[in-house]
Amino acid sequence: MSKKSKGQTIITIYPDWCKGCGICVAFCPAKVLELDAAGKARVAHPEECINCGFCERHCPDFAISVVPRGRKKRLPPELENGV
Amino acid sequence: MSDVTELIHQYLRHNKKFPHVFCPGCGHGIVLGSLIRSVHELALSKDEVVLVAGIGCSGRIAVYVDFNTVHTTHGRALTFATGIKMANPDLKVIALMGDGDAFSIGGNHLIHAARRNIGVTALVLNNSIYGMTGGQSSATTPKGAVSQTAPFGHLEKSFDLVKLASAAGANGVSRGTVFHVNMLDRLIAEAVSRPGFNLVEIMSPCFTQYGRKNKFKSAVDMFKWLKTETSPLESWEQLPPEEKAKRLPIGTFLAGQEPGLEVLYGNLRDDLAAKEQPR
Repeated sequence: MSKKSKGQTIITIYPDWCKGCGICVAFCPAKVLELDAAGKARVAHPEECINCGFCERHCPDFAISVVPRGRKKRLPPELENGV
Repeated sequence: MSDVTELIHQYLRHNKKFPHVFCPGCGHGIVLGSLIRSVHELALSKDEVVLVAGIGCSGRIAVYVDFNTVHTTHGRALTFATGIKMANPDLKVIALMGDGDAFSIGGNHLIHAARRNIGVTALVLNNSIYGMTGGQSSATTPKGAVSQTAPFGHLEKSFDLVKLASAAGANGVSRGTVFHVNMLDRLIAEAVSRPGFNLVEIMSPCFTQYGRKNKFKSAVDMFKWLKTETSPLESWEQLPPEEKAKRLPIGTFLAGQEPGLEVLYGNLRDDLAAKEQPR
């Protein structure tokens, strides 16, 4: 993985939804996340993120979103108002 | 890849209380996400999908997702699903059950739904224990495992859900885990689009009731177990017999294309109607 392709994402964690199970922290291949003092996930090294999407798919509480930098719309227009 | 969480939020019922009721590290939330992605990938609208859930931890999933949902009595998810599918064959009916729901309390319904080949997709969330009621041994608790009702180790053998469903005549049978999420997405999408009765067994860890009593230090340990102790069916078949016994195969075991009961019934009705018209 080249240096250029790292850290091109915006990682958001919703602390209210995070239960601190630690799955994202344990399996993140780039060690981007860590648990904070309250036991919840925290983005520690956003510059290392390789946008693999593991944390997003494996979060049982839907508490993490990883969005590539510079993308204006988050969802295609047909999804904006629900399906 | 990057729309995952936003996409899931589009399908949730936001008037319900979040975060959901599942314990930290429970795999059921991952199954919910996987189900939503599969339905989205198949381009089904929310009104086309019916989610029928039984009683148990897994039954709570139906509460959170904005499809047509029915929360039924214990073990009877498949009977409700059969009725819905026969009444309106255009709907995609997904029955969501726990292992106790599907194979103990509703065991008879499951084998007969498989025999009838009714066009329902059964997702069985196997956490090896009766999680909601306090961690009693279930029909899928592995031999030797410690539980609330077997403090010195479980003496009985467990059901092999894949073999049971295959023998009962299901059209499609597959097994996935909540660790292998991309595979799980694919398995669910294939099962929903395949005709006839399809069963997907999903290994979902229960740390609170099962892991703590069985030498798993954390929920993460259980996910590591899922990662190391399973192998895809193709590579599992190459293993020597003693290795095969230790490892759990995952993948698609059966993929029949026989039409489901509701199709045969519709054809019969059309034939009879055509015969009656000349009068």
